[in-house]
This record gives sequence, structure tokens and C-alpha cells, in this order.
Amino acid sequence: MSSRIVHIASNTFREAVRDHVLYNLIAFALLMSGAAILVGQISIGIERLVVVNLGLAAVSLFGVVIAIFIGIGLVSKEIEKRTLYTVLSRPVERWEFIVGKFLGLAGTLVVNTAFMAIGVFAALLYVSRAFDRADVWVLVALYLIVLQFLMITAIALLFSSFSSPLLSAVFAFSLFVVGSFAEDLRGFAAMVPGLSRWLAMGAAYLVPNFSSLNVITSVAHEQPITRQFILSGSLYALLYTGMALCGAVLIFERRNLK
Amino acid sequence: MSAIEILGLEKTYSVGFWQKRQKCALRPLNLSVEEGEIFGFLGPNGAGKTTTLKLLMGLVFPSGGSARILGMEIKDPGMKAQIGFLPEQPYFYDYLTANELLEYYAQLSGVAARERRQKVSQVLARVGLEDVRRTQLRKFSKGMLQRVGIAQAILHDPKVLFFDEPMSGLDPMGRREVRDLMEELKRQGKTVFFSTHILSDAESLCDRVAIIHLGELRGVGAVADLTSSVEGKVEIIWHGTAVPASLKALTSESHITGDTVRAVVREANQDAVIDALRREGMRIISITPVRTSLEEYFVRKLKPSEAAAGVSS
Repeated sequence: MSSRIVHIASNTFREAVRDHVLYNLIAFALLMSGAAILVGQISIGIERLVVVNLGLAAVSLFGVVIAIFIGIGLVSKEIEKRTLYTVLSRPVERWEFIVGKFLGLAGTLVVNTAFMAIGVFAALLYVSRAFDRADVWVLVALYLIVLQFLMITAIALLFSSFSSPLLSAVFAFSLFVVGSFAEDLRGFAAMVPGLSRWLAMGAAYLVPNFSSLNVITSVAHEQPITRQFILSGSLYALLYTGMALCGAVLIFERRNLK
Repeated sequence: MSAIEILGLEKTYSVGFWQKRQKCALRPLNLSVEEGEIFGFLGPNGAGKTTTLKLLMGLVFPSGGSARILGMEIKDPGMKAQIGFLPEQPYFYDYLTANELLEYYAQLSGVAARERRQKVSQVLARVGLEDVRRTQLRKFSKGMLQRVGIAQAILHDPKVLFFDEPMSGLDPMGRREVRDLMEELKRQGKTVFFSTHILSDAESLCDRVAIIHLGELRGVGAVADLTSSVEGKVEIIWHGTAVPASLKALTSESHITGDTVRAVVREANQDAVIDALRREGMRIISITPVRTSLEEYFVRKLKPSEAAAGVSS
């Protein structure tokens, strides 16, 4: 990998840290502590289920918000503030800038998720008093959540490469919501007749299928996740991320920085 | 070899949401800048100076034409390692300190890790920011940011430098320092291409200038040539409180300030005026040919109304 990509990625990570993005961990820690104490008092026998459900949902929500709201500004903010001028007037290719920005935010999200994972396991330990074999699946769920973050970051970056931050936020968030119901959309497409069927099917396969990577409920009920599922989910997420990044690069390579 | 060679470079933008119309930002521009020159790119605000610089930096793409810097195409990444660019009113990552920002730019410019720290220290000292190197840029004044901008442009020891309005936001001392820096860069054999609408800066610094207006090149030449076109008149200054009656017919204009008289006469009448002043017993202080200033040349290249709107000297 080009060293310039690594430098751009590190700078993006440093920006996120200095802009206090990781402060969300404080809110997350408070949420998990409160939930663990409360769940321990009011639920009998389902403490683990509640903590896993709540913890993973919170990890997902916090990460999605960060991915969208930082991702949409990754390129547009640099154009608006003209910080990009002194970067692209150096021997930096435009695609290196996009990939570096993506990796920087992806790295931020991974670190953020790692800290939140510690919080989830701490809450689990508090309510169960000991770890269980089934807790390994929580790690798998976290891995799949991180894959979703990569997809959302790439999508936000794609919109950021040609649109304003506000419109990018609207597009990215809408796509996230639609993608969370992608399986339902596919089911609906299978039921409608004629041209609508093809249109719905096309839309269902075009939007990112976040619901296929969501295993929170299964993990909360201690159901194992198959290796094949993990592999196909990983391939799908990486392919989708790669395509969104290629789109962002193609657009940005042609963009005039007025 | 020319340091910068611009061949028919032009830029047209499509503007409007529904009904697209073409807006020409730069008409086909042909220009050549030699190595080691300080070249001034002059024009009023909105003339097309920044568009030209953005085209050369690869920030916007040309609608036509081409350009080469040090013999390399402008899209060649190898070329970019050899140039430095200061944008107009630069803005930097304000969460970084001056030291961190320059380290980052040095990394992107491919400065070797072992030289990086030393180079950063050197340029920070050169622009007078050594004492605030650990301060975040969000606490910097406009003038200090301009100095950071200059530091990042010269950091990697480029052969060709592009400065867009480098004196903007600087106090008189800062402007003087930038002028000194440009002269120092010239002595080191660097080529400096800078845009400005402050003509006195260009007149004191540039070997050659080009004048652009409404996206069109209006004139180009050596400052000495442009300003040496003698108008066939001389200015004579002498001690006195009035213009003697015998001279009134020979002087085209005169001004009296205290005990000094300044009169402009045609070159053909010069000897006659000097003789008349000697006869009157007046002491002559100076005789100077009247030359066109860069400002006058600039104004001539623009329509009077346009010039009045966009020129400051």
C-alpha cells in the first residue's frame, strides 16, 4: 500500500480523535453500566439476552451515526475548507486520498467498536458473573457490525464525493434505513407481478443488505452462526464496500475543485 | 527549457441548474515562464488568475489546451514532487499544530523520514513560527496562517513555486519578508510564479509579468520593458516658488510645493527650459525622464472603468 494512503488515513484518525469523536464512548459506558445494573434488578433469567441485545444495538447505532456524520464530510468538508488544495498539489493521486480517508474513518470505527465491545463484555460479566461459550458469538456479531460500518462509511464517502454534507447525510441515512429492511424488500419483490417485480427486485439487490449482516437477535438467543454465513457475509460486505469506493473514486477523479 | 509552458489552456464551466449555460473562466492562454524567473500574474479580482493556478495544480481540469511544468505534463505525479503551491487565503487542518501539519505535508511530499524533522524546523524558523510550532493552528491569526502556507510550499525544496496572492493578509513587515523570501528563492535558482492584484509588489519583484483580465491575456513582458517606454517628456524639479513667465509656454504641467517647483516638459524643450532656469538664477534639483509605471501600463490594458474597479497599488 502506498505510504501516502497510510499518512492520509492516520491524519483522518487523528482528526476524529481530536474532534472528540471517541467521547461517544462515555455515553456508551454510561448506557451499559446503567443497563447492567437495571437489568440485574428487574429481569430474571434473561439478563444476558437483554444485555446482548441492548449492547449490540447500541454499538451498531453509535457506529452508524459516526460513520454517516463523519463520512459525509470526509471529502466535501475538505473541498469546502480548501484543505484539499495543499494535499492534491503534492504527489498524491485522487484515489489515494479517497482510500486514505476511508481507511482513516474505518480505523476510527474499529477502535471505537473495540472499546464498546469491552463495555458489552464487562456488562455481560456483571450480569452473568462468568463468561459462557455462547459469548463467542457476540464477537462474531461485533465483527459483522464492523462490516456494516465499512459499507456505510464507503456509501457516505460516495455521496460526499459529489454532494453537499446535508444531502449526503439524507442519502446515506435513507440508504441505511432501506438497507436494514432489504430482506423484506426482496420478499416484497418476489410477490409483486410484472414490471414492478423487476423494478423492486433491482432496487432490493442494489441497496446494501444490512439486514443479512444483522445477527444480534440470534446471538442474544445463543444461536450459533455458521462459518459459511460469516464467509458469505464478509464477501458481500467487502464487495459492496469496494464497489462504493470505486464509485467515489470515479466521481472524485473527474471533479473540478472550484 | 521553460519552467512553465502553457499552450492554449482554457476553462469553461457549465452554470445553472436546469438551463445550463457556459461561462468562460479562462480563454485560451499561451504563456511561457523561464527557469529562475520571478513571474507576476496580474489582474483585478475575478480575472482568471486563481483559475489558471488551479488548472496548473490539477485541481480543476482544462476544457482545452495543455501545460507542462519542468517539461512534464500537469497530471504527472512526478511533476508535483517538484512544485510548491500556496493557495489564496490558505486554510489548514486546524486541529494540528504547525509542526504536525508540516510533518504531514513532508510525508505526502515524499521527504525522507531522516530529513523530515530537520526540514520542518528549518522552514518554521524561516517563516518566523519556531516559537509557536506546538500551537494548534486554530489559534493562529490570518497572517500566521499565511506564513504556514508559505512554509508548506517551500518545505520540500521544490524547483517551481506557485503563490496565489502571497501578500494577502500580511502586515507591512510580513509583506517585506515575503518579498525577501521570493528574492532569496530566485537567488537559489527557483522559479516563482505568483498572482497578485497589488502592482507595487509585482513592480518591485518580477522579472516579467502577464496581465490577465476577464479570462483573457492582455499583455506580457519584462517589467523593465513595460515601464521604460519613455513618453518623450522629462520632469524638472527646481527651488522656487513660481514658474517664471518665460517658461509657462514650455511646460505642459507644473506643481508648486513649498519652495519646490515640479514641471513636466517635452524632451525637445528640455535645453531651453534649463537655460531659462539658469538665466533666472533658479537652482535645479533634478531632471528625470518620465516613464510609464506598471500601474499605468496595467490601466491601459484594461478599460478605464474595469481598471478603477479592480486595481490597487
